[in-house]
Amino acid sequence: MKQIKGVNDFVVKFANVNGTGSASANHLFAKAIFRMGIPVSPRNIFPSNIQGLPTWYEVRVSSKGYLGRRGGVDLMLCVNPQTIEDDLASVEPGGYFVHDSTKPLAPHLKRDDVTFLGIPLTEMCMREFKAARLQQLLKNVVYVGALAALLDINFSILKDLLSDQFKGKEKLISPNVHALEMGYQYVTENFKCPLPIRLQQGVNDAPHIRESEHILMNGNTAAALGAIYGGATVAAWYPITPSTSVVDAFSKYAERMRIDPGTGKKNFAILQAEDELAAMGMVVGASWNGARAFTATSGPGLSLMSEFLGLAYFAEVPVVLIDVQRSGPSTGMPTRSQQSDILAAAYASHGDTKHVLLFPATPRECFDMTVQAFDLAEQLQTPVIMMSDLDLSMNDWMSPPLEWDDDYEMNRGKILDAEGLDSIETWGRYLDIDGDGICYRTLPGTHPSKGAFFTRGSSKNEMAVYSEKGEDYVQNVDRLLRKFETAKSYVPKPKVHDPIPVKKPKTDLKLGALFFGTSASPSYEAVEILAAEGYPIDVMRIRAFPFHESLDAFVHDHEMVFVIEQNRDGQMRQLIMNECHIAPDKLASVLNYSGTPITARTIAAQIRKALDTQGSNVVKLHPETA
Amino acid sequence: MSYAKPNFRHPRLPKNALGYTVSDYDGAISTLCAGCGHDSISAAIRNACFLSSIQPHRIAKLSGIGCSSKTPTYFLGKSHGFNSVHGRMPSVATGASVANRDLTYIGISGDGDTASIGMGQFVHLIRRNVNMTYIVANNGCYGLTKGQDSATADLGSLSKYGAANQFEGIDLASLALLQGASFVGRSFSGDKEQLEPMIRAAIAHKGFAFIDVVSPCVTFANHVGSTKSYSATRTQLDAMPLDFVPMREEIRTQFDAGTSQAVTLHDGSVIHLHKARDDYRTDDRMAALASLQESKENAKFLTGLLYLDPNSQDLNQTLNLASRPLNDLGKVELCPGSRVLNSINEGLR
Repeated sequence: MKQIKGVNDFVVKFANVNGTGSASANHLFAKAIFRMGIPVSPRNIFPSNIQGLPTWYEVRVSSKGYLGRRGGVDLMLCVNPQTIEDDLASVEPGGYFVHDSTKPLAPHLKRDDVTFLGIPLTEMCMREFKAARLQQLLKNVVYVGALAALLDINFSILKDLLSDQFKGKEKLISPNVHALEMGYQYVTENFKCPLPIRLQQGVNDAPHIRESEHILMNGNTAAALGAIYGGATVAAWYPITPSTSVVDAFSKYAERMRIDPGTGKKNFAILQAEDELAAMGMVVGASWNGARAFTATSGPGLSLMSEFLGLAYFAEVPVVLIDVQRSGPSTGMPTRSQQSDILAAAYASHGDTKHVLLFPATPRECFDMTVQAFDLAEQLQTPVIMMSDLDLSMNDWMSPPLEWDDDYEMNRGKILDAEGLDSIETWGRYLDIDGDGICYRTLPGTHPSKGAFFTRGSSKNEMAVYSEKGEDYVQNVDRLLRKFETAKSYVPKPKVHDPIPVKKPKTDLKLGALFFGTSASPSYEAVEILAAEGYPIDVMRIRAFPFHESLDAFVHDHEMVFVIEQNRDGQMRQLIMNECHIAPDKLASVLNYSGTPITARTIAAQIRKALDTQGSNVVKLHPETA
Repeated sequence: MSYAKPNFRHPRLPKNALGYTVSDYDGAISTLCAGCGHDSISAAIRNACFLSSIQPHRIAKLSGIGCSSKTPTYFLGKSHGFNSVHGRMPSVATGASVANRDLTYIGISGDGDTASIGMGQFVHLIRRNVNMTYIVANNGCYGLTKGQDSATADLGSLSKYGAANQFEGIDLASLALLQGASFVGRSFSGDKEQLEPMIRAAIAHKGFAFIDVVSPCVTFANHVGSTKSYSATRTQLDAMPLDFVPMREEIRTQFDAGTSQAVTLHDGSVIHLHKARDDYRTDDRMAALASLQESKENAKFLTGLLYLDPNSQDLNQTLNLASRPLNDLGKVELCPGSRVLNSINEGLR
């Protein structure tokens, strides 16, 4: 049998039962690799459940610094009898299968092209530890110790991490270290260690990761810090996976950083609302009153907030909404990742509405874009929605460190204070003095006799007086469209990278790929794979809606453009078609909507197939839309 | 707005302690039906704010949707107002109130806006004890959509088209009491003597002050058989009069002290309750509920200040908010700076 081999380039997957303490042990494994200076990306693939259902943890190690999913599993560590058959089947030919050998494997669980590594985990723990809970918890640590030997993890790093983890609970350190050693010792005595796939400290072919002191953090924590640094004082929310940890983290940091030193009182308010309708209402109320306010939610919450998003759009109240996308309604898939709220967010609400969207691809961008969202919302006096997803928000990503410029000043946009009201000749809330579609706002309580008005939805004239006249309505919504045009020059521009040189191109078609958010990492990787195969593809990463004009130009400059995203209907593709007036034939969808993050292999395969099967310049992956 | 109010003001209009005349508290001319009870509520709010000498621009008016929710246009023209969405004014008011704790918040809602589409937000507003005055202009019907029964319409009350309401009405005052509201009053739009001091007390109250005001709909619910018509309300009225004396104002009241109970609010102002009912006490929640139930069974319509907790803890206190309004904080208070961020980075390595 030809075994898979390689240094710092493989995928390990853990198959566990949730609620057994496996997550922290698996995290220990990933963090140790991170501390060794090797690019690593862990992903928790978990059920909507607290205890007893299958859960997986996938760790990709990539010396080239690919942080997206590759696809396939090289080493499976399975301690869940419920899924063992599928888990074994998913191992790549030449891969490794580590399992609990306390009981022999069922006879049908066989594969000739996989190396089986049995460790009597249960038996070892029963023998060594008395308390039932410890027997269960430490089983996870024993297998981490075993992997340390099999893959050559620096053992002292593991011990340091355990000391960090149990700071204040020192009594727990020694049984954990003992468990690590048990696993380590068992495999060194019974198998040839390390395996042909293994780690090596310092082997890192990714200069962008090697050169900066990367951190390991999830997107929700980064977004919460963005809200702190962006000056948010009001957070209103309703718990919903996978966005809950945004406000959890905001609360944690605010309790540390936002307490008035003199009085011990709070310079922030967190309101756990009765539902998402109310959460958004609170944000609208607080923003109307001049506080920086935000909410975080996921798909169903976005639906409920749509009514208020429309009001905020028409009444021109700043709103910051962090939408952590997941799959579909109701229960079951809330813990699975997708990019499937694109259209719902872009056009949320009734009437003619369009909203500013931001698409972060890394925790660093979650931080930067949250800060920017508060500025944009106030500058543009409109909702700004940051479109994160479960993969980015709840998994730990290697990211450049967060940076802060102490000269930053909040951009509050056009707000008139009492002095401003006294000096302005004619003021009307919806009077477009500057011609950019953005009018001057006043806040309640500012001036004894000027600047008060009645905030309403759509029925008003430029002076904010009630009006149902058609021409007043048209004038207003046309101005809102002008404001949306202005937004194009305010939002983050797309990122373009230098094309990868291709020696003997197999096609003379001008190919392009568009992607955003968590589709970016595996897309970059797929494009490199395809370049090596002779397909040159130019790439552009979308970072905001409304689209920058360079996106129109990119599409027009290429004969065929792949839009890579994680939903069924190619929502970003539709948005581009719609907003940039692009013929459907020109844009081909590359999709994954299974709920697990898209892989580089899937992307490469779909593009390869499209290019191999087409004879003309036109690829019709979706005949129904052609 | 097709009408404009004349700018002429009588030079000898009386002024309040701040030097404002009552016309400084005016709004635009009402576009509601002539005789609408809601206009009397607007007038009572205007007078209450004038009499209590509140700076008009330091008041924020919020409403939902419906005839009631149009009314903030018709009073306090120098105040900011927010006509939000149907049934959701409570959440907007909650956010506004925590953003700037220094303003006075007056919410105007209707029976459809509060008792149906906004019921969820209403009870949570009470639960949080948001520091605001919340007035329901209650006419038992949907006016803007032409007279459908609302959830507060009494069982058996006849609609304009003659059909009897088949469902038990929701009594918002009882609901507010049960949910723990710290100030609950009920009044009638035609009873200015009672409503004005009640609104003044509600504004002075720290916490959520709820006033359910029966306000007949002249167009769709002012006929024989409607239990919220002017005539039905007037004949059934069982009113407990009250007086409101602001802090430091000389106590002058037309009733003699022996017949009234005085309640001091947290800011030092005093409410005088006149003992129309012999032994009514405003500090007994259960008794208030019993009185409401009893009057209903006797086909009476009990109005007055039903319950008051002068020591209530409002949302701002519960949240332990700093005394400086959140919307007034700047970079120094809000942004921890690069040094702190670097130490956070350090902890993530």
